[in-house]
Amino acid sequence: MRRKKIYFLLSALVLVPGIFSLVLFWLKPSIDFTGGTLWEVRFAESVVSSQEPVVEIIREIFTGQGLEIASIQASGEKQFIIRTVPLTTEQHKSLVATLKEKLGDFEEVRFETLGPKLGRELLFKAFFAVTLAALAILTYVAYRFKNLMYGVAAILAMFHDTFVLLGIFSLLGRFFGVEVDTLFVTAALSTLSFSVHDTIVVFDRIREILRRNPSLELDVAINQAVGETLVRSINNSLTIVFMLLALFLLGGESLHWFVFALLVGTISGTYSSTFTAAPLLVIWRNFSRQGGLKKIFQHH
Amino acid sequence: MLKPRSVLIFIILLIIGAALVDLSGYLWPATVDLTRFKIPLRRDLSLHYGLDLQGGLQVSLEADMSGIPEKEKDRALESARAVVERRVDFLGVAEPTIQASRSGNSYRVIVELPGVEDPEQALLLIGQTAQLDFREATGEGENQQFVRTGLTGKDLARSQVDFEQTTSAPQIALQFTSGGAKKFEEITGRNVGKSLAIYLDEVILTAPTVKGKISGGNAVITGQFTLSEAKRLVAQLNAGALPTPIHVLERRQVGATLGAEALKRSVVAGLVGLALVVFFMIGNYGRLGILATMALIIYGIITLAIYKLLPVTLTLSGVAGFLLSVGMAVDANILIFERIKEERHWGKELHEAMELGFGRAWDSIRDANLATLTTVFILFNPFGWSFLVTSGMVRGFALTLGLGVLISLFTGVVVTRTLVRVFYR
Repeated sequence: MRRKKIYFLLSALVLVPGIFSLVLFWLKPSIDFTGGTLWEVRFAESVVSSQEPVVEIIREIFTGQGLEIASIQASGEKQFIIRTVPLTTEQHKSLVATLKEKLGDFEEVRFETLGPKLGRELLFKAFFAVTLAALAILTYVAYRFKNLMYGVAAILAMFHDTFVLLGIFSLLGRFFGVEVDTLFVTAALSTLSFSVHDTIVVFDRIREILRRNPSLELDVAINQAVGETLVRSINNSLTIVFMLLALFLLGGESLHWFVFALLVGTISGTYSSTFTAAPLLVIWRNFSRQGGLKKIFQHH
Repeated sequence: MLKPRSVLIFIILLIIGAALVDLSGYLWPATVDLTRFKIPLRRDLSLHYGLDLQGGLQVSLEADMSGIPEKEKDRALESARAVVERRVDFLGVAEPTIQASRSGNSYRVIVELPGVEDPEQALLLIGQTAQLDFREATGEGENQQFVRTGLTGKDLARSQVDFEQTTSAPQIALQFTSGGAKKFEEITGRNVGKSLAIYLDEVILTAPTVKGKISGGNAVITGQFTLSEAKRLVAQLNAGALPTPIHVLERRQVGATLGAEALKRSVVAGLVGLALVVFFMIGNYGRLGILATMALIIYGIITLAIYKLLPVTLTLSGVAGFLLSVGMAVDANILIFERIKEERHWGKELHEAMELGFGRAWDSIRDANLATLTTVFILFNPFGWSFLVTSGMVRGFALTLGLGVLISLFTGVVVTRTLVRVFYR
């Protein structure tokens, strides 16, 4: 654990810009949380040669009905994704008619519309689910290790992974317009469990080594445990990464960022177990050796 | 301790059973009918695809309860659901789901219509407020028609299932408002011996014969009802008595092509990922890797069979959960194999190292998977707690991931151990 400063620096390299971005820009919420309409249409034939006029025509049709388009982007040659306010059934129907009249026949690939009330409700539920999951995992870790030092280290590692994920998506949202939706929350929750998953394996090994040889220094035990579990930890993550990478590169568009979030969670979870949670144990030990909090208070 | 050979035989039987389930629908019809052999079992064993994979419409409708007294709200919601269900039946959609759900003060009906042809039309039909009215017969024989009487759902206070005192057959009790009672008395008075039809949304619900003039505003409809028929009719009648305008809260609609494309791409991605995992396992662990691959194939066979048996409705996020669980399924194997390598390194005999590897890796495997299962529990929300997410996408992912973890515990530990004991000497 001599290189723990390097490990923490590496974490900081990802964490600091991410947290900065979180504070400044937060995350870009999808219609799941804000309410709105996402409409993907695919036209039967290229009525217009270039895409630019089509986008303008669609915009005009919407403004003609007193509706504002938040964004419109091409998602294929004749395919567009339109984001706008929540549409009623009647508004949708009349838009379909006008679009068909002006631009020719099209297929509705996707149409999702959601009132703002439901969005707020979902946000609340998501927040509740994350809190509940964190508490459940916390309780489990506390029960499993019956030791404050291990518990706190495991939880800090969990925070590490959560903020890596949130930070990266905040940056992606700011610079590439990537939105967070319900599935992102799902990925965040899965990250929590991946995170403790690997940490538990490393900690189990540290305790096993200490049990076999109680006189061993914690540093030495940790080094040994990390050395022994590193290969399996990486191997294990690799198999998950293989599956997710294949899905990220080859799978459908709608799961793209969900899979990416899982990928970030898996990699960060593996990294933090070995390079965050374990060094934290050493720091904790050194800190309490020096008198810990007591000493700080005595100074004053 | 069971002998490895008898466990092996059990596993082989399990694989054969699972494979039979898997192949039905592809090599022979998907419907299993054991009633021929006097076993009361009839099941459709085809794989169910969610809306996002086969295309279709999902809407959350909110019922406006502002005009309904607090204690009648649950009843009104059930009625709204029954009415929507009836309308969906007219659409002739295969495998629709219609659920009532409550979230705080919001009462909802969630409708899923896979493969619906004209979602716009469907929505217009579903979204109407229920119209209930009573009509009397005019004309004779062929020319018989039902005409409006002016007695409508507004005049009906409530309806409930009742039981006849002597036969305890289910019957339907109607209770009219005071204004309704007067109209009803008049109408029944002039229609003794004739039919009085009850219409919901312009379609006839039931047409009982009037036995005599009914005053006081309380009536019963008797007939050969089963309890569930009576309940359904009551819910439909109450939709007239407790009319709740419904509006669209959320609508998700997926075209058939998007789903088919997404499914195809996921399958390709899954196969590529699987190939990578297999190469990796064999490259790293040699013969043990081959056994792990066998366990992984068995995992696939059993998982598919369970998807068909439960059944699990496969969504796009569910496919992601499944693929993720494949990556995690080898987790137990890696823990065990690495442990075996170590025990060997510390100078244990191969045989002893193997047994120790399985034994000592178990604690870590259990702990690690418990953490995942906890998260899965919260995401799947099995009791439908309204303070947690009930989104189909989230639940689809949680279900396949959770099943994956459980099945992989079996294949990763029990199956692999048996394979290793029998084949790895």
